[in-house]
Amino acid sequence: MGVTLEDQIPSEVYDFASEIGRRGPVTVVGGRTHWEVGGLPDPQAREVFAPSGVWSHEPEEMTVRCGAGTSLKELSDQLAKHGQMVPLDMAENATVGGVLSVGRSGIRRLRYGHVRDLVLQIRHVDHEGKVVTSGGPTVKNVSGYDLCRLLVGSLGRFGCIAEVILRCLPIPETTRWLSGSADPFDIYSKLYRPSTILWDGDQVWVCLEGVVSDVDAESALLGLDEVAGPPTLPAGRRISLEPKSLKGLVVNDTHWIAEIGVGIVHTDTADVGWQVAEPTRSIMLDLENRLDPSGRLNPGRQVVEA
Amino acid sequence: MQISTDAKLYADLAAVLGDRARSGDFELGLYGKDGSVLQGQPAIVCLPLNTDEVRQIVAICRQHERPFLARGSGTGLAGGAVPVGNPVIVATAKMNKVLEVDLDNRIAWVEPGVLNLDLSKELSPLGFHFAPDPSSQQVCSIGGNVANNSGGPHCLAYGVTSAHVMAIEVVLPDGNVAMFGDLSPEPPGYDLRGLFVGSEGTMGIATKVAVRLTPNPPAVRTLLLDFADVRDGAAAVSAIIAAGLIPAALEMMDKRAIEIVEAFVNAGYPTEADAVLLVELDGLPGGVEHGVEVVRSVATRHEVGNIRVAADNAERELLWKGRKNAFGAVARIKPDYYLHDTVVPRGKLVEVLEKVYNIADAYDLIAVNVFHAGDGNLHPILAYDSNEPGVLERVHAAGRAIVTASIEAGGVLSGEHGIGLEKRDYMGMLFSAHDMATQDLIREAFDPQGFANPLKVLPSGSRCSDSFHQHVPEGAWV
Repeated sequence: MGVTLEDQIPSEVYDFASEIGRRGPVTVVGGRTHWEVGGLPDPQAREVFAPSGVWSHEPEEMTVRCGAGTSLKELSDQLAKHGQMVPLDMAENATVGGVLSVGRSGIRRLRYGHVRDLVLQIRHVDHEGKVVTSGGPTVKNVSGYDLCRLLVGSLGRFGCIAEVILRCLPIPETTRWLSGSADPFDIYSKLYRPSTILWDGDQVWVCLEGVVSDVDAESALLGLDEVAGPPTLPAGRRISLEPKSLKGLVVNDTHWIAEIGVGIVHTDTADVGWQVAEPTRSIMLDLENRLDPSGRLNPGRQVVEA
Repeated sequence: MQISTDAKLYADLAAVLGDRARSGDFELGLYGKDGSVLQGQPAIVCLPLNTDEVRQIVAICRQHERPFLARGSGTGLAGGAVPVGNPVIVATAKMNKVLEVDLDNRIAWVEPGVLNLDLSKELSPLGFHFAPDPSSQQVCSIGGNVANNSGGPHCLAYGVTSAHVMAIEVVLPDGNVAMFGDLSPEPPGYDLRGLFVGSEGTMGIATKVAVRLTPNPPAVRTLLLDFADVRDGAAAVSAIIAAGLIPAALEMMDKRAIEIVEAFVNAGYPTEADAVLLVELDGLPGGVEHGVEVVRSVATRHEVGNIRVAADNAERELLWKGRKNAFGAVARIKPDYYLHDTVVPRGKLVEVLEKVYNIADAYDLIAVNVFHAGDGNLHPILAYDSNEPGVLERVHAAGRAIVTASIEAGGVLSGEHGIGLEKRDYMGMLFSAHDMATQDLIREAFDPQGFANPLKVLPSGSRCSDSFHQHVPEGAWV
């Protein structure tokens, strides 16, 4: 073959690997939009920044390759020039690597799925300062173990995401938000593939996307009023529940908004911990130990309670 | 020596399973193969009924220091279910119950031996289906789909198996039972569920799977487009996607495929065409009609011949019958075939297709192409007669050349069949030694001694801990 595997890795990725180096605690800084998730980083840790920039966007492949430090605004501005998007749905100043490391889906998950399903390839820097590639550049790929999914939501404990290739989607012809007082489960049963159904126990907000005639037809089924967009979500705690347990949901003494059909509840109380059952927990801790024996990558962050 | 060891192993397994532990020559021969051309030798075949029996089988294997291999329907094409290291086969065929359909959560709990199409048929009256639809869906199992992260024509719009699995109960290689994922959208901890899907049985045995249910689309349109030049057909594929359309499926067949399929199913495929595209659009009626118009206008710009729109469900099923029976139809030209699976960028389809024809010519083989064009997933079929001396060597050499051409075009080793044994020694074309060592380090967290389906996926020596290295099956060109 003409080029070696190493030749395909951009120099910015190697620069990031050098910055991380082989020793000492490091913490990757993105847009700081979810800085507190999993606990604050060890104050001794050296701050490092992943490379940024949309390095290639091929509209006919519907894929985009960018540095993990690229802001969502830069990414979406670039893709919008060709009528495409990656529905990561977080703050504009959040970075791609940050969104993936935190691993939380945006409010259109009901239609577009989890953010991890948008990832095709990840290059990360491991605890030895070496670059590791997993996944592949094509929209479909089962070559080797799916490390990309393991890295999404890992808060950088297994490695620092340097470069990603993401799957793009066409921007829908219309996006329409509707709201009113209604039974959200009744609404869910009437719609084919809504993008979002939010509910605060009284009011419902629905997002429909697609061609105008379909959005008009589905809107007509609901008897809701058109609104500018979604409500502001409470930014405290995020609870993950089986979708059906949202029926009859009671959350005491707090403002909450639930994502119907998904199972996320946003509340304004503080975030708390969670437990992973054995023996799954032991495997997770073993993976942490194997992939970062000295615990130098993003120390302080906890995905699994030790 | 081997025989007395196996006798004790068999006695221990039979104590748990009775006559569902088998060691007859017929069964051992049958379970020595899968859908690939490779063959191995299992020690004993077990047919457990439930998680607890699987757990006991694994525990007994551990006592005897014997590897084990989970097997679904054995339709895999990469040798993932071919036994290496004289393992105990854990066949999930009798674990075939749909345990619960939970419409409020839009999931179903199923046992691994449930067949893919049986599940969708059972869900159909409820208005739902399981989205992954490999060509083998009449016979392949959900457990096998999980092991291989299977795809199918409709994965272009709906995603592969990983996006449709919420949770998996797994008997780990140490005999413990774990749950990866749950029915909530963001389970705590790392995504071991996502790692397990596609791990080809090397991280444990799936014993229950919670699969997502996808609503049946309110409207479906299926179109057959024919082209006098395969290059125009391939260019139309890229142009359809670039126009912002993601069809539910976008399949391509070349001239030879059209001819043999038409002779087999009489679906009215245009045998004079150089290539056809089978395009399916689904969703709400407005979006579907919009999609039909986009496909028409793009195809017209790319020199399309006829555009046939299926008038009803019967015609739609007939068009799909041709596509789904293409592999069987190859038997009309040669008794054997080798089905490849690589992915290239859509924009490189024409270039790589031409290389595939040239490679087949160079090795004196017949290439037939029927594939998932929409996601660049090539499936070249090399047709041959295994009675010809030396033909398998040519088939393997041509296969390697096709994989090399795909990787050089910026593609990957496998789109949906997996790595198994077939492609594990090609992994170095796509990954560095350090990439593979990292993958093996992760596998070892589940199975430090390598008891679960040993020697698959990663080349031997990735981490210098391959205890079964010496047992490479006959016919494997490792």
